[in-house]
Amino acid sequence: MFEILRREELAGGTIILNEISAPFIAKKAKPGQFVILRATENGERIPLTMAETDPEKGTITIIYQVVGKSTALFKTLKVGDRYLDVVGPLGKPTEIEKVDGHVVCVGGGTGVAVLHPITRALKEIGNHVVAVIGARTKDMIILEDKMKEASHELFVCTDDGSYGHHGFVTDVLKDLIEKRDVRLVVTIGPVPMMKVACEITRPHKIKTIVSLNPIMVDGTGMCGCCRVNVGGETKFACVDGPEFDGHLVDFDELSARLKSYVEQEKIAYEKFKCECHA
Amino acid sequence: MAKKETLPRQPMPEQPPEERIKNFKEVPLGYTPELAMKEASRCLQCKNPSCVKGCPVGVDIPGFIRLIREGEFAKAIRKIWEKNSLPAICGRVCPQENQCEGSCVLGKKGKPVAIGNLERFAADWEREHGTGELPPKAAPTGKKVAVVGSGPSGLTVAGDLILKGHEVTVYEAFHKGGGVLVYGIPEFRLPKDIVASELNYLERLGVKFEYNIVIGRTITVDELFKMGYDAIFIGVGAGLPRFLGIPGENLVGVYSANEYLTRSNLMKAYLFPEYDTPIAKGKNVVVIGAGNVAMDSARTALRMGAENVTIVYRRSREEMPARLAEIHHAEEEGIKFMLLTNPLRFIGDAHGRLRGMECIKMELGEPDESGRRRPIPVEGSNFEIECDLAIISVGAGANPLLAKNTPGLKLNKWGYIMVDPKTNKTYKKGVWAGGDIVTGQATVIKAAGAGRIASNSIHDYLTLGW
Repeated sequence: MFEILRREELAGGTIILNEISAPFIAKKAKPGQFVILRATENGERIPLTMAETDPEKGTITIIYQVVGKSTALFKTLKVGDRYLDVVGPLGKPTEIEKVDGHVVCVGGGTGVAVLHPITRALKEIGNHVVAVIGARTKDMIILEDKMKEASHELFVCTDDGSYGHHGFVTDVLKDLIEKRDVRLVVTIGPVPMMKVACEITRPHKIKTIVSLNPIMVDGTGMCGCCRVNVGGETKFACVDGPEFDGHLVDFDELSARLKSYVEQEKIAYEKFKCECHA
Repeated sequence: MAKKETLPRQPMPEQPPEERIKNFKEVPLGYTPELAMKEASRCLQCKNPSCVKGCPVGVDIPGFIRLIREGEFAKAIRKIWEKNSLPAICGRVCPQENQCEGSCVLGKKGKPVAIGNLERFAADWEREHGTGELPPKAAPTGKKVAVVGSGPSGLTVAGDLILKGHEVTVYEAFHKGGGVLVYGIPEFRLPKDIVASELNYLERLGVKFEYNIVIGRTITVDELFKMGYDAIFIGVGAGLPRFLGIPGENLVGVYSANEYLTRSNLMKAYLFPEYDTPIAKGKNVVVIGAGNVAMDSARTALRMGAENVTIVYRRSREEMPARLAEIHHAEEEGIKFMLLTNPLRFIGDAHGRLRGMECIKMELGEPDESGRRRPIPVEGSNFEIECDLAIISVGAGANPLLAKNTPGLKLNKWGYIMVDPKTNKTYKKGVWAGGDIVTGQATVIKAAGAGRIASNSIHDYLTLGW
């Protein structure tokens, strides 16, 4: 089990796609749910929201950005290698609803990978879906073709203007809200991006769903590490989420909690790089 | 008789406090064969032994102690195995003072026989010197049992039913087996290679372990029946951390004991960066609560290099729920106790990191529904303490994940699974439950005892019917 059947390098090798054999999980998983993976006996448990599942083939697909030791270690796994542990599907699935106006799906970075199956499901149920994806620069844009297929219209943005719209995805969102009858926004990506998106939709009272990625350990509601403040109440992202009403989320607290281990993360990554060179 | 009473209870050698706070190695070092035989000779071999009645799984205590006294260590462990599949664990973490040893007649005038130490000795001797010869197994019945959760109740059910000839598969959500024995109890109290060795014993008996499967998510209970299981035991533990519900609880540096201990024990964060999982190293650590888990958290923080570790508890010393031995070990190691004190809020810095805690002094009023005197705040007694790590250890509730996805179970108002206490049958046909998910947070041996009740009933069901 947990053999890597397909591996692709995206965005110049900074983002990796793994299709993994996990029949039990593939059979159950729905858009929005996540798995927790571990590569080695000494390894951390890393939560990643699934980008794709194939129940017939018995596979799940994850897409992750290399940001530290654990993801750098995952990157070294080749086709035919196995993850030591994959557990899931965890978290609540996305509630796919039909709304009266347009739906805008806003994704940044690897958030696009998580957004893709949700976008597709929202289209399949009969919504008019506008997708907006972005990245720092042209080479970092992922899943453009898939997002085009999953939506009715696609806007692509780059921070540096090297491709598509010059600017942030949230600029396009603002524009769309002014021109269209937007009734639902789903936004997944870096915390600052989601926060800005929520501030844009808030005055218009447009329902805005975000998918959060706090630090986790068990993923079954047992440790409380992933707690987030949602509307003044403490929620566990692993069992109550990972998706929440973005207008209620305390993003500043989430950002602070995501930085809990910056020092240790640096130490672990440096050690890993040294070991790889040696 | 008189001669036996004069022989004092043999203490178990321990690592001295000043040494052990610098390592995660086990604190008590175990009996030598000589010490064990000497201690065993104190047992009066009562005809009608009250110690056995005090044991939730009914181990033949005078029986195995006699074998130790005679130097028949291999036979002693096999005598224990007849009733208890987890002796190396129970010998270490059972609250014997309230159970077998609490009922020992020697305890009326002097000190009871060190039954726990002797049980541990027999199990350790077998692991280190034994033949590994397994107890006899009944002929295969062709029946299949699924056990959900690999903690003490589940392992007991697995051990009992495999010996009775049934096929047993244990499903575990984590990547490692043992439940609270691996994620909750620290290495210095229960070395993880001992848990692994008890699991290995069950595997050698034929129990199958399936890791990384969350029953209720990956596979449901009803799907287990479709997969061909004839009976299912649910022993998933309590598994929902309680927080205080006070301001600042989500600051960086505030942990649930579950998280802190899971990082340290299961993920081995105390060995970071050799292991990848990080953990906060506090300088001034507060642990809120005074149960065994609080003592474990405090002693872990000390070993992680904290300068000050303080237990903050709203009641007084008499109400502390931890075992006396644990409190004693914690005090020896220099853990401070701030009693009759309740936290009001956590105080953060500009970066959302914990820097202090505001508390209020308490006094004891009339007894509450738990029978303990209710703590009442002393108005105007607020004060602040400096801390950069806070571990909340005020118990656990029922994790709803499995029950929510299992139609047919009945839950009580706290979310625990309702069972017939005589059999541990749930309201769902073919499903039993036991341990913390039924009783709320209790002890390892109580969970094992619940497993024993269920396994007897499951065996009856598989051979006679519901």
